[in-house]
Amino acid sequence: MMHRFANPTRFVRLADRMLPWLFIVTLGSFAVGLYMALITSPPDYQQGDSVRIMYVHAPSAWMGLFGYMVLAGASFASLVWRHPLADAAAKASAPIGAAFTGLALLTGSLWGQPMWGTWWVWDARLTSMLVLFFLYLGYMALWSAIEDRQKASKAAAILALVGAINVPIIKFSVDWWNTLHQPASIMRQGGPSMDSAMLWPLGIMFVAFNAYYAMVLMWRIKAELAARKIETLRYNQAARQEGPAARQEGPAARQEGQAVLEEGS
Amino acid sequence: MAFFALIGREVRLAWRQGNSSAMAVTFFLVAVTLFPLGIGPELSVLARISAGVIWVAALLSALLTLDRLFQQDFEDGSLDLLALAPMPMELIVLAKSIAHWLTTGLPLVVAAPLLAVLLNMDSGGLGILMLSLAIGTPALSLTGAIGAALTVTVRRGGVLMPLLILPLYVPTLIFGVGAVDAVLNNIVAGPNLLYLGALSLVALALAPFAAAAAIRLALE
Amino acid sequence: MEAHKLTLQGRGLACVRSGRPVFSGLDFSLHSGQALVLRGPNGSGKSTLLRLVAGLLVPAAGSILWSDASIAEDPDEYRANIHYLGHQTGLKTALTVAENIAFWAQLYGVEAAVEESCARLGLARIADLPVKYLSQGQQRRTALARLVAMPLPLWLLDEPNVGLDDFSNKVLQDLMAEHLASGGMIMAATHTELGIAHAAVLNLPGGSMQNSGAR
Repeated sequence: MMHRFANPTRFVRLADRMLPWLFIVTLGSFAVGLYMALITSPPDYQQGDSVRIMYVHAPSAWMGLFGYMVLAGASFASLVWRHPLADAAAKASAPIGAAFTGLALLTGSLWGQPMWGTWWVWDARLTSMLVLFFLYLGYMALWSAIEDRQKASKAAAILALVGAINVPIIKFSVDWWNTLHQPASIMRQGGPSMDSAMLWPLGIMFVAFNAYYAMVLMWRIKAELAARKIETLRYNQAARQEGPAARQEGPAARQEGQAVLEEGS
Repeated sequence: MAFFALIGREVRLAWRQGNSSAMAVTFFLVAVTLFPLGIGPELSVLARISAGVIWVAALLSALLTLDRLFQQDFEDGSLDLLALAPMPMELIVLAKSIAHWLTTGLPLVVAAPLLAVLLNMDSGGLGILMLSLAIGTPALSLTGAIGAALTVTVRRGGVLMPLLILPLYVPTLIFGVGAVDAVLNNIVAGPNLLYLGALSLVALALAPFAAAAAIRLALE
Repeated sequence: MEAHKLTLQGRGLACVRSGRPVFSGLDFSLHSGQALVLRGPNGSGKSTLLRLVAGLLVPAAGSILWSDASIAEDPDEYRANIHYLGHQTGLKTALTVAENIAFWAQLYGVEAAVEESCARLGLARIADLPVKYLSQGQQRRTALARLVAMPLPLWLLDEPNVGLDDFSNKVLQDLMAEHLASGGMIMAATHTELGIAHAAVLNLPGGSMQNSGAR
């Protein structure tokens, strides 16, 4: 059992060393990025000040997608190599990604309001984000519905991979369904078309969001690993209590320390 | 042979046990009937939304019958025995999905024109409606099998499964309705049908593996 | 049955369920014509061991050998040798007795001896009745008929005599004796006496195998 914790232990040590730095980067880039985004960057000549929502919206949308990529990648690793760390990473990534996706939906709706005059428009990108949000919710619901942690992690990993295959298909079909969406204005073909006064704060906000994601992900993985350790300790505690009793009842128990619990299947 | 024996058994069971085909079709009818009652009987509005409503209802009725796809076998122990048969679990999943389509997808295709008439769909759309359902519903059965397999041990699986599966149904819905609307608006429906067919083929190629992995996991 | 001698061995088997160790370092061996009875208190992992041997579970450590080849190498080939009878019968109540028996044989791609097996288990007169009308004893016998209708060398039985009346129990004992006499193998978990002569006993926990003369 212990060799399985060898790698996670190394991870925790690494994370403990990195977390303070990540915290500083997150705080610093948020301070600079928000200052530039809210104060020094120019208002849009059409959208006015409401364009500033973009500095939160675009990174959130990206992080929502990125979170799902991490989730799917970690799920793949957990299924193929049965790595307990990958398992914890997948589980830890889901709520963060879902929160970013939710934030992207919320800011998208706020941003659209002055432009479209309504709180929600079935714009292709927003609709895709909404479906992505549902994928996250399904993933988390499946985790909480299956009690056995190992089974839950494998089932959720299968779902995550199925979802990952479907994300591009869903994106394509939604674009097909609504070809009237705004062309993506950040990564437009032939290079960014935005003014550098807007591009800089956006870039820094991207850094801030990524650093924040990495930081929270590490925290959550650490918490997950700790929760598992506690779980194992509790099972062992129960097993120590159960062991002698079972040996008294069993007619021919011989070896010491045979943990005997619960009927299988 | 074993493959067809399993399909035969599934169809026979569906037929004898409360007849899930009849239930799916009845649900399909009732669900569609709710729309005119909710929206109002204006014929032009109904005609405009008919394809979407029928497809959404078909999707829901396919889903309604999916949660028992593996659960019943799991409860009575036959899923253990199926897993022990010298037949890959992938083929077992495929056989059960085919049986599900035969007992629910196919009846929906047949019942759809009746609903199209109720919703005042232009008669030119009836053929393409049936065709799009025939091409698209296999994807619903196959993708749904993944959800059914993932939730087979979950006690409230019937509530969880739609949450897992409905987002995955979005592309099928879009291309299915797209094909019908294209014909109704005198546009060529070919691309929509091709994508719809592609979805079913992708589901055919991948879903049995995902669902089989989930079943093996559930039996552990 | 098979002319050559079949063997089934478990080596150093360990099993962990939901993070809890069930047993570890378990060894057993079994050959043609032999029966192995699993004994132990509730939760000692009898059912788990049967499911391991059936290939439904993967051991946390150790290996299971079928005629000296690990079952993990060619699971499909290995599975074609096993009859597994768990707590649930796997019967479909809407299908008739004969349909239930015939289906499993079809799945294995063999012709089922439906009539003979029904006659053997005293089900001949109700072979055409849907299973839902049968008593519990009759249902258990229908499940046993599956083992008779399609001969396979290894029987894995999880408390096969639970819910059986005296007549059915007698039939079960005869079936097991015949199966062993014809070179078959039985691995059975039980709380009570199964009535198999000269069965080896594997006690769980502890995994110590001992040979008891007359059962």
